[in-house]
Amino acid sequence: MLTTVIISLSILGVLGVLFGLGLAYASKKFSVETDPRVDRICELLPNANCGACGFAGCNAFAEQLVHGSLDVNTCKVCASEAKSVISSVLGKELVNQEREIAVIHCMRETIPARFEYNGIQDCRSALLVNGGFTTCQYGCLGLGTCATVCPFEALYMGEDGLPHVVDEKCTGCGNCAKVCPRGMITIAPMSRDVHILCNSKHDGKYTIGCCNHGCIGCKRCEKACPAGAIAVKDFLACIDYTKCVVCGACVDVCPTGAIGDYSLFRGKQSAKWRSGLAAK
Amino acid sequence: MSKDQPIKQAPTPDIVYLSLRQHLGAPSKAVVKVGDLVKKGQIVAEPGGFVSSAVHSPVSGKVKEIKPHPHMMGPLADAVVVENDGKDEWFEGCNVATNWESMTPEQLKEKIRMSGIVGLGGATFPTHVKLSPPPEKKIDSAILNGVECEPYLTADYRLMIEQPDRVVEGFRIIMKVLGVSKGYIGVEANKPDAYIIMKEKGAKYGIEAVMLKVKYPQGAEKQLISAILGREVPSGGLPMDVGCVVQNVGTAAAIYDACAKNIPLLTRIMTVSGDGVSHTANYNIVLGQMLGPILKECGLKDGIRKLVFGGPMMGLAEPSENIPLAKGNSGVLALIAGVEKYEPRMCIRCSRCIDHCPMGLNPSVLSLLSDISDFTSMEKHHAMDCIECGVCTYMCPSRRMIVQQIKLGKQRILASRKK
Repeated sequence: MLTTVIISLSILGVLGVLFGLGLAYASKKFSVETDPRVDRICELLPNANCGACGFAGCNAFAEQLVHGSLDVNTCKVCASEAKSVISSVLGKELVNQEREIAVIHCMRETIPARFEYNGIQDCRSALLVNGGFTTCQYGCLGLGTCATVCPFEALYMGEDGLPHVVDEKCTGCGNCAKVCPRGMITIAPMSRDVHILCNSKHDGKYTIGCCNHGCIGCKRCEKACPAGAIAVKDFLACIDYTKCVVCGACVDVCPTGAIGDYSLFRGKQSAKWRSGLAAK
Repeated sequence: MSKDQPIKQAPTPDIVYLSLRQHLGAPSKAVVKVGDLVKKGQIVAEPGGFVSSAVHSPVSGKVKEIKPHPHMMGPLADAVVVENDGKDEWFEGCNVATNWESMTPEQLKEKIRMSGIVGLGGATFPTHVKLSPPPEKKIDSAILNGVECEPYLTADYRLMIEQPDRVVEGFRIIMKVLGVSKGYIGVEANKPDAYIIMKEKGAKYGIEAVMLKVKYPQGAEKQLISAILGREVPSGGLPMDVGCVVQNVGTAAAIYDACAKNIPLLTRIMTVSGDGVSHTANYNIVLGQMLGPILKECGLKDGIRKLVFGGPMMGLAEPSENIPLAKGNSGVLALIAGVEKYEPRMCIRCSRCIDHCPMGLNPSVLSLLSDISDFTSMEKHHAMDCIECGVCTYMCPSRRMIVQQIKLGKQRILASRKK
């Protein structure tokens, strides 16, 4: 009995030693050289794999950083402290870039529906049914596709049926802007916090018919802007963020309240900006 | 049912709304201005590209406005609004008989292009594009589609038994343009009288009528080719890849009018049916007429749950009856009963959708991939071959919105290809 145990144990022991030696040899012989910088950068990156940089994930992006000529600022998500460490790893100078945030360009209070939509609860699907169920062809459909694709839980659908941005969490990765079939989400620099909160290119009469807060293309903001940053095209005002001085002159003259100055409300809960805007 | 209702001429309306988006491809470009006087048959919009089509005024009168207006495919599209002056004057050169047999195929094709003819079965693909196969594709047979496989619709059936000469002559023009000697007319077995008429009329021109099994979607191009010729169109291919061109019977009749009488596409035959109207009918209606009054004439009941333009399987639900008739609209169904809201459930992998898919696809996997937005894998599973017939959704015991999910996937794939 005892001999059987000894024999089997010793056979296993010898096998174990042999395999161990084989593996040790293979790991030396076939080892793949990795750049330690890639691993180091990968640790520093957010590892959300959001895809906003255009690469398959944070690892692929780190490789591109080391071997390509990419700028670390291509990653919108990374915190600025981590970016400065990454730059020092790469031996490059960090150009400070401003934080960007998603802006929802729609403020409709109710959904003026042309018909009842029973289909798939996805904005892109809803748009395939007779061009979407809202009377306004440019406004929010409210089915929350943007909120489902947000990798940072920075967008949520409010009780008003509109997406809301949580400004502490939003990284400006732009996934929501890419997925919105109506194209009413844009990524804007955080310091230029006056926005046209409407996306309607309908003429003024039609816009008023479907919404209380629509841009009717009256051009009063265009005239009031001291910096010449606003241009009205296709009945829709558009702010050039490179020229905007955040004076708020346009907000005061807008007859429908379609321009919002978020700078007054930042840092508070997202829902509060809106109630603050509505009270104005 | 509307099967036994002869085609009625609808009264000419006081005002027509001619949408510039009545066909697949680029929208038409308006060539008239507000205030212009137009005559019946005059061109009001020219094709906006090769895959595009012309629009003609079906009445004589004044152009009231050119502005966005609700249309069949979506909320708003530019439309030319013409006010009828009641004079019914034809445009110069229209409604004049000509001998089409003396015209060359190229002349006939140009005539078809400028007459605004598109596939009247419902797909509204510009006909002249289909009739211009690239020279390396050898076309040996033409097929005329008289299947009309969607339930309720009877417009093509009435056309075949009431005006068979227009259909057959039109088909001869198609065959001449394509340079083929062999033509087939496919008719479903539930329309034996239409089959007999087509067989008699076509016999002396080398046109063979084929009676087909009653099934849906027998009238889909690829299924029709397989049923008549036994040829299978390859994945991602077109009928011209197997040497065929398929046209609808309504299109053939319109081609005859254009080539032999110089009348562009001004009217179409349309079925009004469903349990929401007190009497069903087949109408010959001018394009651009508002459908509200026509539905009232048929006794539109209160409490309509759904208004479908086209057949019940592939038709489009519309939010209002005040939508002008477009070229591709073969019927209007007003439905009250059987329209319920339901919640889709999990896929139970019963494979009924796979058994019934006429294209041999795996709809359940496609719908699950669409659920997780994996559109690249959908493309690998041949989502683009889907003909959107809706059989999968109809068969699904879990009431999953399969065809809707595939439609979404197809749209995303097309969008990513454009990039």
